[in-house]
Amino acid sequence: MSTQATHAQQAVVDKVIEIEILRYRPEQDEKPFPQGFEIPYHPDMSILEALQYIKDHLDSSVSFRWSCRMAICGSCGLMVNNIPKLGCKAFLRDYYPQKVTLEALANFPIERDLVVVMDDFIKKLEEIKPYIIPERDEKCLSEGTYQQTPEQMEKYAKFSMCINCGLCYSACPQYGLDKSFTGPAALALLARYNRDSRDAGSAERMKIVNQEQGVWSCTFVGYCSVVCPKGVDPAAAIQLLKVESSKDYLIGMFKPD
Amino acid sequence: MNVQPTTNALQEKKYIRSNEPVFWGLFGAGGMLTAFLTPVMVLVTGLLIPLGIIDADHLSYDKLHGFASSWYGAAIILVLVALPLWHTLHRIFHSLHDLGIKRGRDWQQVICYGFAFAVSVFVFTLLLQMLTQ
Repeated sequence: MSTQATHAQQAVVDKVIEIEILRYRPEQDEKPFPQGFEIPYHPDMSILEALQYIKDHLDSSVSFRWSCRMAICGSCGLMVNNIPKLGCKAFLRDYYPQKVTLEALANFPIERDLVVVMDDFIKKLEEIKPYIIPERDEKCLSEGTYQQTPEQMEKYAKFSMCINCGLCYSACPQYGLDKSFTGPAALALLARYNRDSRDAGSAERMKIVNQEQGVWSCTFVGYCSVVCPKGVDPAAAIQLLKVESSKDYLIGMFKPD
Repeated sequence: MNVQPTTNALQEKKYIRSNEPVFWGLFGAGGMLTAFLTPVMVLVTGLLIPLGIIDADHLSYDKLHGFASSWYGAAIILVLVALPLWHTLHRIFHSLHDLGIKRGRDWQQVICYGFAFAVSVFVFTLLLQMLTQ
């Protein structure tokens, strides 16, 4: 009995999966190059755990970002077989026995190995004023909180689930072509605040939306919503903002500011 | 002493409103028409008439000329020609960008939307002529 169990266990451990990582160490490599690793396969092993196995047992110089291991922090975004995914939310069982290819998130400059420079994305998130701008900000604490009905919350709740992982920027062909595009996550977050009943900053944010680099660089490819690990649906947010921007355009024709 | 203009960092960012809503509106309207009516047109002209299910006389030159010479017929034909045309050329204009053709975006825009505008005006004039005959 026990020998059988050991054999079965051994068989599982004996399974090996090949993982290819696009390496880039700026101080010694002229350009990125692929490096292959073979690691023991477990069906419950995530891509992130595979990377940790490689770093612990095979090559300690492999660099990648991670923190929470449960799709909350948004740190471990990477290209898995050329599709933007969270390392912690993608599992080896969906690829085995095929080889898994890992690369840094597309459309971002590579800082080192699987780590990308996210500065442009962060700048865009800041630009859209991602905070509630109340109608009158002199409301005293003693006057109580800003109240909201479940229906009012429903209007924006979906667009507030973003974890800033950057997968949608990696998926967006328009951002790939033109980095001045505000992009899916930032516009979804903008929609989240514009749709909030406690917010009065719509007029300020619509100026960003109305630009060519605002919603009008989007051609509704929709891949951002496909890859989003939190079901935010940035493509829908942008389409809704296009309607808002069109209304704003009509009003602007009669009432220029 | 000259007063130095404020540095870029302190300046309020200039936002330039895009004219895209006009073209996006025409694109959307044309797309809706195309999506709903193209299958019907294919069915009628490509299947039902050749198979003899619908009498070909219904689409004879005289009948269609009569339809185009009525004010409602003229209005329907103008909408059916112009809107899908604006839709198509908007799509072509954006596809040129998607294909990475960066040179002369202004001219691409003038040619694409100019063509849609010119044909719309042409059809409008033609139908108006038929109406006032």
